[in-house]
Amino acid sequence: MTNHWIDIQHSDCILIQGSNAAENHPISFKWVMRAKDKGATVIHVDPRFTRTSARCSLYAPLRSGTDIAFLGGMINYIIENDKFFKDYVVNYTNAPLLVDEGFGFKDGLFSGFDPKKRKYDKTTWAYQKNADGTFKRDKSLKDRHCVFQLLKKHYSRYDMKTVSAVTGTPVEDLKKVYEAFSATGRPDKAGTIMYALGQTHHTVAVQNIRCFGIIQLLLGNIGVCGGGINALRGEPNVQGSTDHALLSYNLPGYLPAPRVGHGSFEKYLKTVARTTGEPDSLNWQSNYNKYAVSLMRAFFPDAPKETGYGFDWLPKLDDGQDASVLPLFDEMYKGTIKGFSCFGQNPACSIPNSNKVRAALQKLEWMVHFNIFDNETASFWKQPGVDPRKVGTEVFLLPAAAAVEKEGSQANSGRWMQWKYAAAKAPGDCLSAGDVIYRIQMKLKELYKKEGGVFPEPVLGVFTDMVDGKGRYDAEKVARLINGVFTRDVTINNVAYKKGECVPGFALLQADGSTACGNWICSGSFTRDGQNLMKRRGKKDPTGLGLYPEWSYSWPANRRVIYNRASVDPHGKPWNPKRALVEWKDGKWVGDVVDGAPPPLAEKGGKLPFIMRPEGVGCLFGPGLADGPFPEHYEPVESPFEKHPFSRQRNTPLLRLYESDKDVYASASAKFPLVMTTYSCTEHWCTGALTRWQSWLSEAQPGAYVELSEELARERGLKNGDKIRVVSARGSVEAVAMVTPRITPFQCGDKKVHLVGMTFNYGWMTPGGDSANLLTPTCGDSNSMTPEYKAFMVNIEKIA
Amino acid sequence: MSNGKSIIVDTSRCTGCRGCQVACKQWNGLPASPTTQTGTYQNPPDFNGCTYKVVRFADGRGADGKPYWYFVSDMCRHCVEPPCLAGSSVEGGMIHDEATGAVVYTARSKDDDFETAQSVCPYNVPRKNEETGVMVKCTMCIDRISNGMVPACVQSCPTGAMVFGDRDEILAEVQRRVAELKKTHPKAQAVDADSVRVIFIVTDDPERYHTHLKA
Ligand code: SF4
Ligand code: SF4
Ligand code: SF4
Repeated sequence: MTNHWIDIQHSDCILIQGSNAAENHPISFKWVMRAKDKGATVIHVDPRFTRTSARCSLYAPLRSGTDIAFLGGMINYIIENDKFFKDYVVNYTNAPLLVDEGFGFKDGLFSGFDPKKRKYDKTTWAYQKNADGTFKRDKSLKDRHCVFQLLKKHYSRYDMKTVSAVTGTPVEDLKKVYEAFSATGRPDKAGTIMYALGQTHHTVAVQNIRCFGIIQLLLGNIGVCGGGINALRGEPNVQGSTDHALLSYNLPGYLPAPRVGHGSFEKYLKTVARTTGEPDSLNWQSNYNKYAVSLMRAFFPDAPKETGYGFDWLPKLDDGQDASVLPLFDEMYKGTIKGFSCFGQNPACSIPNSNKVRAALQKLEWMVHFNIFDNETASFWKQPGVDPRKVGTEVFLLPAAAAVEKEGSQANSGRWMQWKYAAAKAPGDCLSAGDVIYRIQMKLKELYKKEGGVFPEPVLGVFTDMVDGKGRYDAEKVARLINGVFTRDVTINNVAYKKGECVPGFALLQADGSTACGNWICSGSFTRDGQNLMKRRGKKDPTGLGLYPEWSYSWPANRRVIYNRASVDPHGKPWNPKRALVEWKDGKWVGDVVDGAPPPLAEKGGKLPFIMRPEGVGCLFGPGLADGPFPEHYEPVESPFEKHPFSRQRNTPLLRLYESDKDVYASASAKFPLVMTTYSCTEHWCTGALTRWQSWLSEAQPGAYVELSEELARERGLKNGDKIRVVSARGSVEAVAMVTPRITPFQCGDKKVHLVGMTFNYGWMTPGGDSANLLTPTCGDSNSMTPEYKAFMVNIEKIA
Repeated sequence: MSNGKSIIVDTSRCTGCRGCQVACKQWNGLPASPTTQTGTYQNPPDFNGCTYKVVRFADGRGADGKPYWYFVSDMCRHCVEPPCLAGSSVEGGMIHDEATGAVVYTARSKDDDFETAQSVCPYNVPRKNEETGVMVKCTMCIDRISNGMVPACVQSCPTGAMVFGDRDEILAEVQRRVAELKKTHPKAQAVDADSVRVIFIVTDDPERYHTHLKA
């Protein structure tokens, strides 16, 4: 979240798109309802009318997988009807910047596309520069090469009629939503966007979110109270695990994962520490070298400087390599992966095309599975249709301590790192993940010491100072290292720090090896003398806006709303004095911890508000992504349409499909005429691996169901409660038909499109049915590799 | 005596999350009843010997052709003058708590006539525990509220759909909420507010939510 949960109550208009917030983040609705009480318009855009829609002021249906068309239409509406926040757009976004004259867009493709490599050469996606290296701009926004004009031209194609023909949303609903949300493009109004996996589970996931970025920048809704783009992260500590590099392309703190092409550590540091031609930009990324060096010092405390403080010991991705879950299971299915450690997951139900995943697991020599319960992955060797005697995999099931049995930090969606204590002792031999990893590490070190090995340095050099006097994993000790410690006595800005003291904030991290820090964004969560600020539970609220600065610790720097420099005008006066997050007053900042200390833009020494961008401004034009600087509509890999009205480019141009015998795709096929989407219900959690054993929850949601419209039921002769089989090109699953008026067929131009939906909360181990992921295709987003769980094609048949 | 306690169940704020349904089971130590998926979110389908709280789901299309989905977190109304009490023929089979107004079955109710008990309740609430024969229903969490706590279901509600408090204050809050809702929903009403302690606020005809919502 750019903002935080409590802040939602300050919004004048809440757009919930790609999220069933009331269902999957029930507590969010405490704040949504408060906003509504104060008169906010709450909008839900979704393929289904859900528990969320039931509480909204406005509901607009949308064919799954067409968010960019919907939101592109909103961008067009905002520009055409002059609804954007002009001062904000001119001063705080890249709207006035001029783009290379060679940049262009034609028939679904941006300039620089190489069809053979299916990759963009991004040379022309660059800003024009003056001789001194600064960016050329036209503050009147009239130059035809300026970002604003390019944006306007790009989205002029997204008129409501064309949008409606793609999304299936009635034009009058589009209009209502566009009107209501764009009304927040004024200094005294704020609109927020709440989204979740409904946006990210697509082959155009990142571009979906980019649409939000563009809309919120146009309306001046970023950095302000009641505004922002709020990804809803939940109970599994998704926020915390992403911050700590759960994803294969990151190191902790969102530093890029090292690749072969980076070469030496020096070259890596040059790549990550970005430079800028914009003198008014604070360009915080220029500090990334300090964070990278400090990270290596935390990973490998004694690594010599000549090894790049241990950087040379880190595994590297090949250039262009995608090491996410889809290629992982593809390689496993090919037999190239021999061993698999699976911590707290259930890929046999959660990864697309489960039949392939379940077959892939059988090719392993060994698997270590660490979980609190047995699940479909741990027991793949006895799944239906498999003869255990014929499976050669050796499986180890390690009993895990549950979340409530462990001490540590948990980051909520609003970036609050909240310390929690163990509520109960883990039963029997159950251990925390920290204890398990520590023991494995120590054993490996012992073996490498004794027997040597090809490349022992990383194993022998990796830090192990993570246990208490009795050899038990000590979460607070690790948290201190994540915060950062001085590795020797140093003096910075005339202040002397002692070896072993905590680094009191990332501004003090160094590139000379004198600091070790496991994750720069968390730096500051401990005071210099070692006080753990995540444990704070102070309830002071000096701004009256519910920022609670003394409650836990909010990364970065205890800032409660990021980009808050954009909530004031160039002189530092709040755009909306009634909801002032920060203000420049008598030569200093007051309010929330401001995003970068320098004065506001128009004051002496002033800086631009978007300090994490080299440009210093928010990016309407986003040249950083792999698949285009502006979001463009493409159909899901599987959709009912062979073509769409926006271009001849049917799918996202960088799409990677898989070639195994299990990877079959069927688009615009008469055999699979129904759009399907998948989701989760309140009562179960993810694949249900934890909740299906909980009798009160299974009592409330006992088995798999397929939600379908009354119209489709009539066409197929189905009644509510009938047993049906859902079939895709890859597999089939049985479930109960839930015939409901909450799903309406989509009128997409002259074609009527039916949509069905199913939860992915079940698996063969428990009575309720099997996973919806037996149906989903192996394909993902070109930037984030998130699989397309939310839109693919199926058919249904009644089970006699 | 004071005017006792009351609960608001404001369907206009309910998200159907069923936190209340599960919290009731947890506090009262009630086992799950066997259920199957029959094409609805509503499970268990009704009150039963081990279910005192059920969230009911009703969907349809309004006059404008748009879908609606109504949720009611159903429970005993703790009637101000409980018909069930009048219908009870076993001495000590029921308690009508003076301080709170809670209406509670005791173990002795196993000797009472169940058919009568059920038929006198205008909201079809009482059920029988199959094993013990004791009649059961929501107790207003009398063990909690007599000790300064709010009922388990109210405690779990994330949206403010359920509120517990002194009856006078609750009645005032009900009036305030209904007046506010009427601005956008002309059919908004508090169901049987004068005769029950658990007051449902609805924005449409009560029968659209559930057959026994209104007496
Ligand atoms: S609702 Fe029924 S069971 Fe409850 S107090 Fe009234 S009559 Fe008795
Ligand atoms: S008041 Fe107590 S017994 Fe009654 S429904 Fe709520 S939790 Fe259950
Ligand atoms: S807990 Fe509250 S919001 Fe959830 S179902 Fe019960 S009454 Fe409704």
